[in-house]
Amino acid sequence: MLVFLLRLVTKGQDMTDSVADISHMILQKLLENPKVPRDISEDSRIVEDLAFDSLAVMNFVMEIEDMLDVSVPLDKLADIRTIKDLASCLHTIKAEQA
Amino acid sequence: MSAGIFDKYATLKGNYDSLMAASPRNPFGVVIERPLSATVGIIEGRETLLFGTNNYLGLSQSTAARDAAIHTAKTMGVGTTGSRIANGTFGLHQQLEKALTSVFRKKHAMVFSTGYQANLGTISALVNKDDILFLDADSHASIYDGARLSGAQVIRFRHNDPADLEKRVARTAKTTGARLIIAEGIYSMTGNIAPLKEFVEVKKRHNIPLMIDEAHSFGVLGEHGRGVAEMQGCEDDIDFIVGTFSKSLGTVGGYCVTDHDEIDLMRLCSRPYMFTASLPPEIIAATLAALEEIQNRPDLRQKLQDNAARLHQGFKSVGLNTSNFVSPVIAVTLEDIPQAITFWNALLDAGVYVNLSLPPATPDNRPLLRCSVMAAHSAAEIDRAVETFGTIAKELKLV
Repeated sequence: MLVFLLRLVTKGQDMTDSVADISHMILQKLLENPKVPRDISEDSRIVEDLAFDSLAVMNFVMEIEDMLDVSVPLDKLADIRTIKDLASCLHTIKAEQA
Repeated sequence: MSAGIFDKYATLKGNYDSLMAASPRNPFGVVIERPLSATVGIIEGRETLLFGTNNYLGLSQSTAARDAAIHTAKTMGVGTTGSRIANGTFGLHQQLEKALTSVFRKKHAMVFSTGYQANLGTISALVNKDDILFLDADSHASIYDGARLSGAQVIRFRHNDPADLEKRVARTAKTTGARLIIAEGIYSMTGNIAPLKEFVEVKKRHNIPLMIDEAHSFGVLGEHGRGVAEMQGCEDDIDFIVGTFSKSLGTVGGYCVTDHDEIDLMRLCSRPYMFTASLPPEIIAATLAALEEIQNRPDLRQKLQDNAARLHQGFKSVGLNTSNFVSPVIAVTLEDIPQAITFWNALLDAGVYVNLSLPPATPDNRPLLRCSVMAAHSAAEIDRAVETFGTIAKELKLV
């Protein structure tokens, strides 16, 4: 588990230039949760396909924020539907903070 | 074809229908036909012990507050019919604001028509779309709604976690807008108490104002009942304290107290303060009387603490899962919604009323049986509640 987390953290530091890589990181993190369907992709819708309610979305985003060392203001979440949307948002914020 | 106006409620309706199919009564439709005292009310025609009213000191039934309300209604009427910035400020409103400044030892006070509006009105007056708000993840809905009304960027930090707050604050060091940190004293769902002193250290390091909602802790904690900030010795470092009259004070309304002289500017841009009728005079008079009673009767706080400890210890002794904080809000955490619905109905059938709190309104997606204890509860009433909880928990094979 520790090795896996370290790998994710390293990825988070190295791969923030690519939306696809952030999507991959999010998918890996989601798949740690056994309740999440195994066939998810970056086009999966977070609320409809993953059955996350608003609180679950906010709590999950907090975990991803820390992996990338960014903060996503709540109003940005309103426009996010898919995992790829979330990755794009994180990518943009990371670039702005750089 | 455009959508029907209620089509958006399809999921809610499905969830509500499932709940109603599983529950013999509507958990959101409990009627207290009338209170007999602070601790007993008539529900479904039966005398029922009240353990879910937030009436921490029992002052909703205060003789002094009731008499003050009666006298004021007789002499001033029952309403102001106007906004605080038009015809809705009576001498009594100013008298209550002055009393609050004296109690809290702050320079200024603003009174709102509800506690909900106090948060909406204070937050939306303090920050706007160029600013950043840091909210504890478990903040009350009124704080989240105030944040939305303000238009500020909202960043959540992990519940009661000063290190997590610090990390998120540090990420915004380059911002050009203003920043504000908001936390609560006692958290309403779980009874958890905030580490305010540690939040103060963060605010000092980053030079950011700090607002605290003491809705559930005023009149309850601290040597003089001023809340968690008083208890932890950091009142002077809190920039804005918000609270309500509808818990320990037993009436309705809300307030913000502060040393910042700009409060008169806040009155001119706080929409929840301006665009609503002010509190009726009899409510102000009752609140003033209750405020005086809180000051003059420290025994109420001591009794409340004793009762909170008795209920908390009682729940622990019968094996129920509660927070480790001993506060007048004590929540029993259950694992799933059907279990919680069955437990809650059995409690009411046995004559004990508590609040049923269901996800997503609960912090960690698990249902809660939320209890609030009062100074007015007798030891026998608390013991009966504990015994009832214990019996039902055994019947349901939860302990």
